[in-house]
Amino acid sequence: MVMKGARIVLEALAREGCEVIFGYPGGVTLPIYDSLYDHHIRHILVRHEENACFAAEGYARSTGKVGVCMATSGPGATNLVTGLVDALMDSIPVVAITGQVPQNLIGRDAFQEADTFGITRSCTKHNYLVKDVNDLARSIHEAFHIASTGRPGPVLVDITKDVLLSQGMYHAPGPIHLRGYKVSLEGHAGQIKRAAQMIWEAERPYVYAGGGIVASGAAEELREFAEVLEAPVAETLMGLGSLASEHPHCIGLLGMHGSYAANMGISNADLLIALGVRFDDRVTGRLEAFARHAKVVHVDIDPAEIGKNRHADLPIVGDVKHVLGRLNKLLAETKGTEGRAKAQARARWMEQTREWRQLHPFSTAYSDTEIKPQFLVREIDRVLGGNAILSADVGQHQMWAAQYVRFKRPRQWINSGGLGAMGFGLPAAIGAQCGNPDKLVFALIGDGGFQMSLPELSTIASYGLPIKIVVMNNGCLGMIRQWQELFYNKRYCAMELDSFPNCELLAAAFGMKGRTIDKPQQVAEALHEAIEEPGPYLLNVKVTPEENVYPMVPAGGAVNEMILDTPAPVEVGD
Amino acid sequence: MLQLISLLVENKPGALMRVTGVLSARGYNIESLTVARTLDPELSRMTIQAEVEAAIRPLVIKQIQRLVNVVQAVDLTDTQAVCRELMLVKVRVSDEMRAALLKEAEVFRARVVDAAPGAYTLEATGASEKLDAFLEMMRTYGEIEVIRSGAMAMPRSTKENKRVTTKGKDLRKVSV
Repeated sequence: MVMKGARIVLEALAREGCEVIFGYPGGVTLPIYDSLYDHHIRHILVRHEENACFAAEGYARSTGKVGVCMATSGPGATNLVTGLVDALMDSIPVVAITGQVPQNLIGRDAFQEADTFGITRSCTKHNYLVKDVNDLARSIHEAFHIASTGRPGPVLVDITKDVLLSQGMYHAPGPIHLRGYKVSLEGHAGQIKRAAQMIWEAERPYVYAGGGIVASGAAEELREFAEVLEAPVAETLMGLGSLASEHPHCIGLLGMHGSYAANMGISNADLLIALGVRFDDRVTGRLEAFARHAKVVHVDIDPAEIGKNRHADLPIVGDVKHVLGRLNKLLAETKGTEGRAKAQARARWMEQTREWRQLHPFSTAYSDTEIKPQFLVREIDRVLGGNAILSADVGQHQMWAAQYVRFKRPRQWINSGGLGAMGFGLPAAIGAQCGNPDKLVFALIGDGGFQMSLPELSTIASYGLPIKIVVMNNGCLGMIRQWQELFYNKRYCAMELDSFPNCELLAAAFGMKGRTIDKPQQVAEALHEAIEEPGPYLLNVKVTPEENVYPMVPAGGAVNEMILDTPAPVEVGD
Repeated sequence: MLQLISLLVENKPGALMRVTGVLSARGYNIESLTVARTLDPELSRMTIQAEVEAAIRPLVIKQIQRLVNVVQAVDLTDTQAVCRELMLVKVRVSDEMRAALLKEAEVFRARVVDAAPGAYTLEATGASEKLDAFLEMMRTYGEIEVIRSGAMAMPRSTKENKRVTTKGKDLRKVSV
């Protein structure tokens, strides 16, 4: 079919199942917008391109489908960069379409020209510069293929304006074959068999589950695995929800702000079964001390992750869903052959992790007169009951949410894990709500991150997205304050946020409901009011500023050397 | 010791930048790099020598191999590989030394590619160490100017190299 390049873009997007584009138009992408005028794909006009990419991520993270964002050349494309890196770090499938100046102007410092292809090379899994309309459809279909297969990630397609305007053929794509791109899903049968042996030989097995479980849809396989094995399962920030928080084997978050049980467990385990994880420094702390008694079975679809940070005694390159499926079968067949002694040792081990959980549960800080931030998050958890999508920003509130909020399944927890990009939470909630129009979407954001993404209130108002925004307002950059308190002698610097807009007026200015609360007795009632409101709701919660996230493993410390509570004041000599 | 990397890369714009980006992002300096098309016009062969600590080398290979445009990435550092370099040397030589210089060049199997009054341009190929030695010799004849191509490497067809495979392919079977 002969059509204009701009139309080919939409045709290819539609064929890939794209329902919504998060974007911001500009001079060179106008031909696409002209085609969008009478096309069924929905366009959400965000207020900043960075948020277009975050929204596409929110959509992708909550639905498992590829998120699509679009920006114009020059500033539009450069504004996408933070979102692209965020998607790369967390392995989120995003396709970004950018316009480029016409070919005859490339390299001539044209208006709104930037070397998008060069700038985004290291921010994406792969990128394209399309200079021929006959390459256009193939490039977009390849972009979706690359973004969504193997280890997912962002792919950018930069298209010159003359290509968008010229006539070309649209061919439906055949099977995509890329010479340099091979994905091995299955996992080596021999290695899987050896893994089963190692598992039955272990007395203190420990499952370290990450974003790979979510990406491959292996939650069911993980549950089965944990139950056959009767081992504790700790989750990374990206893996929250991969095993239901209420499941008796789930011991919650591990790492820098992980639970006492999870961090003690990993330090005492004799076998670490690492599933779709990358041994991030926020998980491992000091690498030499990490899981020092454990042999490691590492399953990952990306061969470059094997042995990157921690030597794998048994590497398995493959899709964790496939691998666990086969491993579960083997384990079910061989269960009981390991002998009573091993089984008893494993039962004692499970009992030990339960004791650790009881010994140091997460803080239950409460005050009658002021709202403790921990109390706010516990109340959110209680009111939501594991039934909502929760999008978090970055900082203390994110860590408390990761500790306290229970999830029933993957893709309920949306956060910027690897990059830790402030300003992520609100636009990601927009994407999540667009992808899940019938679900309750909460955005829990600090007062810092909220002010980074404030313009998106306008997007939420425009489209009437019923997002419930809870600002955990401590009047400062809480995590900065915490580090300055603990590691910089309380020399507080550049952490105060002392002018926060009047929430009621701010919400009213965007035509939405807003409210500020500062008493613990108001929390539950205000949360219910937000949920019952049919439209968006902005809830500003004033919380105690001097609260720290514990447990905490200081950067570079060993994970079992946690700070469990605020240390007693130390005299600083002069 | 330098890491010696041999790559089979799709012959596409940006492919070179992607590969060198893996090294430059870590602050590794590239000592030499050669690229040219293979028999299959869609592919290029690259040979890179870079300053990479031994412990990181396997990771560098995997991260390069992960690139969509890279068909094959092999670490030839500790393997038996044929490694050659091309060099052009212009030597300013006095008339009375010309004959001696040509004789010396013959020892190194260097060829004269240009002759002018007062100067010869010689072409030499070989292992980098041999070229270094040749250069030292040429210096004694007069002022020199040098251009070197950087190393090109090809694995030897030995039993051991059968194990040097990437992306499921035997290196020797990719005849490009």
